[in-house]
Amino acid sequence: MAMKFPSIIDGARPNRGLLAVAGAMALALSACAAPPPPAQIHDPLEGLNRGTHALNRGLDRYLLRPASRGYGTILPQPVRTGVSNVAGNLDLPGDMVNGVLQADPAGTVQNFFRFVVNTTVGIGGLFDPATAIGIPHDQTDFGETLHVWGFGEGPYLEMPGFGPSTVRDGVGIVTDLVMNPMSITLPSPESDWATAFKLGSKLGDRDRYSDTIDSILYDSADSYAQARLLYLQNRRFELGQTGAGSAADDDGFIDPYEE
Amino acid sequence: MSRMEFTRRGFGTALMAGVAVTALPRGAMALDLASARSLIDSAIADVNAVINSGKAEAAMFTEFERIFAKYADVAAIARSALGPAARQASAAQMKAFTAAYQGYISRKYGRRFREFIGGRIEVVDAKPLKSYFEVMSVAHLRGEAPFDLRWHVSNKSGRDLFFNIIIEGVNMLASEREEIGAMLKQQKGDIGALTTALKSA
Repeated sequence: MAMKFPSIIDGARPNRGLLAVAGAMALALSACAAPPPPAQIHDPLEGLNRGTHALNRGLDRYLLRPASRGYGTILPQPVRTGVSNVAGNLDLPGDMVNGVLQADPAGTVQNFFRFVVNTTVGIGGLFDPATAIGIPHDQTDFGETLHVWGFGEGPYLEMPGFGPSTVRDGVGIVTDLVMNPMSITLPSPESDWATAFKLGSKLGDRDRYSDTIDSILYDSADSYAQARLLYLQNRRFELGQTGAGSAADDDGFIDPYEE
Repeated sequence: MSRMEFTRRGFGTALMAGVAVTALPRGAMALDLASARSLIDSAIADVNAVINSGKAEAAMFTEFERIFAKYADVAAIARSALGPAARQASAAQMKAFTAAYQGYISRKYGRRFREFIGGRIEVVDAKPLKSYFEVMSVAHLRGEAPFDLRWHVSNKSGRDLFFNIIIEGVNMLASEREEIGAMLKQQKGDIGALTTALKSA
């Protein structure tokens, strides 16, 4: 699908079949808005999820957290920022594909110019001049694409190694990993470098938000329930399902005076 | 979230707030909107002053507790965090719980405010929603993309006080209710034991 769209745009002869498909898709898109998220948390897999949560907590405690501490201590801040910039830049082609699939020209074009500026002027994405000139990263993922296509979030799902998600967003994570244009197009040593930068960036994030992550994972009375709540609320906010701009302006509102 | 998207949302809410002010009876509503906004303005100014005071962390926690008690409806937040159990509690139990909870929440969120050092929070808009007001602000922290911070303000306690903070969609009251509920379960439903646990948490 992603390969076909450019041929519609720059093809000298418009292909009627493709145009019809695109038109049908646009109709389908406008017809099926994703259902609003349920008021109660939908977690039929809680037993399994809690097992995965215990595994993830162990992975964090004995592997990720110590590794991220070492990473944050050994590498100076400018190097960590550079690694994070490169990893973010490598995400842009995938985000552009998702932008096209979501029929979001503004986000796609924004990410395209960002990729061009940071890859050239920013020396392969090591620096981030794009943000400075007002082209921030419009982050997206295949889970959001599925949301735009009308899929609801489905049951809550904690994924091994990835953490809180939903069935829809879990499918998105796996799809983004497998279909990432960078890992598909880059030849062997370069794609290994790309993976190394992504892992480094993850360690940097774990180190940078250490206080917040530690407080959720190790200071909460029920870290599973806290992580679940924070993930779902923040994800729905990202997708525009809560807060200003959504149909239900005051969902999530708790009135402590009427209880 | 991209900056563009935020501007678009901000524009929508600004429009809606404008519509609400012109459509609703004039006077009291507009005045309350302004006072809700000024409450958050001065709360933020106080927080900024503490953050940039250079005091020791323990001293900052005391300051945060004072600010929290001054601008937030602590009794309502504590009652909501406790959930249905609050209805069975005696007045004395609620009083002790509320006092312990105030210290607990100041320490918990006070630690978070460390991340705000060198940053600033800016009120961008306010609008009436149902029986309360939502004040919208943007937090600009060092090295971070600006993020969305909302305050829910009510005057049901007799004066303007905030009773909830929503950070990028994450609702403080909902999170507190989950956490205090889990702690109460650990204490086998004993509010007295929960109060004692909160003092050392």
